[in-house]
Amino acid sequence: MAHSVSSTVSSSSAAPAKTLLLPGEQRPPDVHIDVRTQELQINMGPQHPSTHGVLRVAIWVDGEIVTRAEPDIGYLHRCAEKIGESVSCIQYVPYTDRYDYLAAMNNNLGYCLAVEKVAEVEVPEKAQYIRVAAVELNRIASHLMAVGTYGLDLGAFTPFFYAFREREEILRLLEWICGARLTYNFIRIGGVMRDMPAGWVEDVRKFLDVFEQRLDEFNDLLTHNHIFVARTANVGVISPEMALQYGLTGPNLRGSGLRYDLRREQPYLMYDRFTFDVPVGTGIKGTVGDCWDRYWVRMLEMKESARIVRQALDQMPATGEIMAKNVRHLAFKSKAGEGYFGIENPRGELGYYVISDGGANSYRSRIRAPSFCNLSILEAILPGTMLADAVAIIGSIDIVLGEVDR
Amino acid sequence: MDSLVPWLKGAWAWATGSAFAFSMVLSVLAVVAFISVWAMFAVWLERKASADFQVRIGPNRVGGRFGLLQTLADGLKLAFKEDLIPKDSDRFLFALAPAIAFCGAFAAFAALPFTPALSAVDVNLGVFFVVAVTAIGVIGVLMAGWSSNNKWSLYGAMREAAQLVSYEIPSALALMIPVLVAGSFNMKEIVAFQCQPTDGALDNESLVYWSSKGWLAFYSPWTFIAFVVYYIASLAECKRAPFDLPEAESELVSGFHTEYSGMRFSFFFLEEYGMMFVVSAVAALVFLGGWQPLPWISLNMGGLLGNLVFLGVFLAKTTFLVWVQIWLRWTLPRLRVDQVMVMGYKYLIPVSLFALLMMAAYEHWGVRYLPGLF
Repeated sequence: MAHSVSSTVSSSSAAPAKTLLLPGEQRPPDVHIDVRTQELQINMGPQHPSTHGVLRVAIWVDGEIVTRAEPDIGYLHRCAEKIGESVSCIQYVPYTDRYDYLAAMNNNLGYCLAVEKVAEVEVPEKAQYIRVAAVELNRIASHLMAVGTYGLDLGAFTPFFYAFREREEILRLLEWICGARLTYNFIRIGGVMRDMPAGWVEDVRKFLDVFEQRLDEFNDLLTHNHIFVARTANVGVISPEMALQYGLTGPNLRGSGLRYDLRREQPYLMYDRFTFDVPVGTGIKGTVGDCWDRYWVRMLEMKESARIVRQALDQMPATGEIMAKNVRHLAFKSKAGEGYFGIENPRGELGYYVISDGGANSYRSRIRAPSFCNLSILEAILPGTMLADAVAIIGSIDIVLGEVDR
Repeated sequence: MDSLVPWLKGAWAWATGSAFAFSMVLSVLAVVAFISVWAMFAVWLERKASADFQVRIGPNRVGGRFGLLQTLADGLKLAFKEDLIPKDSDRFLFALAPAIAFCGAFAAFAALPFTPALSAVDVNLGVFFVVAVTAIGVIGVLMAGWSSNNKWSLYGAMREAAQLVSYEIPSALALMIPVLVAGSFNMKEIVAFQCQPTDGALDNESLVYWSSKGWLAFYSPWTFIAFVVYYIASLAECKRAPFDLPEAESELVSGFHTEYSGMRFSFFFLEEYGMMFVVSAVAALVFLGGWQPLPWISLNMGGLLGNLVFLGVFLAKTTFLVWVQIWLRWTLPRLRVDQVMVMGYKYLIPVSLFALLMMAAYEHWGVRYLPGLF
């Protein structure tokens, strides 16, 4: 049969025990059975429901225990950085939607901020507040997806639908403001696409009121469930040193207990005007930096994002420009120069590095994708865990393959 | 005349024999029909219940507002699908596996009494038979996993084997407790024990009477523990969440039946829903008074009407227990392999063993609830 056998039993003493021994000959052990289990290599992905996209992880297992794991990426490579050179800066904004498609607003924002930095564009205040509201709502949607599918990874189907109920509401709000549900292209170089529609602010407030209560409901359903805690606590522990070594950012870094958030460290937009906490993992259920901590940081961050959105809506000026004066969209040309801008994406530090030679296209646009860096730690923390833990760990890292492969 | 007598004898033997064979065929067909209808209903129930849990609507087009015929449509779709057999699989085992997996659940139906009068076969060792025969399914699953020539399927099969063999022990031990109390392996007699009239004799006048023994789940603390242990172990035995490791969608991508399609797949489906019914029916019969509607209060009915009432009560109880299984499935995350084993070997087996010993002691000294109190 064409099988790769997972274990073999081989008896090394096949010969019958000798009764007569030659001088100097050692008596072989009477019975010597060597139970040798073979390592099995299995492919997790690229078509696997729990790799969150087209990630392939080659896993070597000894029974249920992972001995080696190698992430294999590139199935979704779309020459993102090259496209950045061949289309104009304005045209490139909708492409950024497609990298981290769960947090498209954040991707728009990162690129726009980088170009604005190089081109020295001053963005009006109101546009900045609208950007904050849109980006933070998008962060909530992205985290909802992360925690919902995390339940799915662990075999809990129902929380996923509750997360999607809330996410649906956010998508409705974002669709209302820009006409798209997933790839928004809302944040433009120099400002935002358009002003908020009438009634939008009230609806966002209404949603946030309900949302905070429903987060508690979600906690009852999944977060404090005994089986969920047993599956995630003390699993996939990333120590703070290790997190730094592998360049983790975002909730994965904060899950390891390091309070580092670009919104706080290098405030962009209006983030220095809001009060919000930066939640970190404290190892309530197990060790600092385990899967449960990373999950819990996301849950807490959603609350903080809701707080930020409220403050942004409160502080927002009633009237004002939403697009910078000196940006002529059809013929936008950046100044010659280069600049890097890093923002806090739901998954970590998303950085765009733009070099411009003064033309319409950027000479080079480099993307520092958080998922790509976060993914690299899999190789280090998967060995020694069980196969089911591998799923839990990949889920807790929360990668988006569109961004990893670009 | 001389030649006619043996002929007549032969004809008589043939007629009686074929009547017996005919009745056997009929009861087999009845069981098949029941399992099919039941599976349709259970799948519908599962979809509707899960939709309720998940703020969805669920099937609502095929067969009226409540989508009652959705499962039938899906079944038809499965029947017409191409029967795919992977190229490098072991074709014989691959084809045989679903049938064998289905066998276990199917055979167990034969021994289930639905009412005092309605059962395919009155097996004297009913409890024992059901426990033994449902274990056949694991062979089919192992065959399916091995013959698929798929590493993930093999994983599912190995997990299934480990899990089923481990959880047979606590579930069998837990079932021994009511057997010990009632003094019989026969499920009808166990039910009869649970609705024994208080004074031993039953006057045929009264429709409703008191039975001092009551349902075995509430007979003593130890039988209640046995009920809980059996229910948990039975979840593991029919691969329901949180013990659905053999087919863990998010890890093994459906495990042992990944490579199956069409009718062969639907046989695994039937097996799962058949098993759900069997374990729930056994729990209802052995622990929850079978066809008696209330604990300690029993009905004295007979004839067609009585049997219909009893059938309704029995099916209601079983469906409720199945619904609890569905409820748990759509609420809980999945355990890990080692956690499942820990649960079985470190908790369920010692607890059920201890309960069995305590029950034996209680029975020996004639204690029922707590010594001194009751």
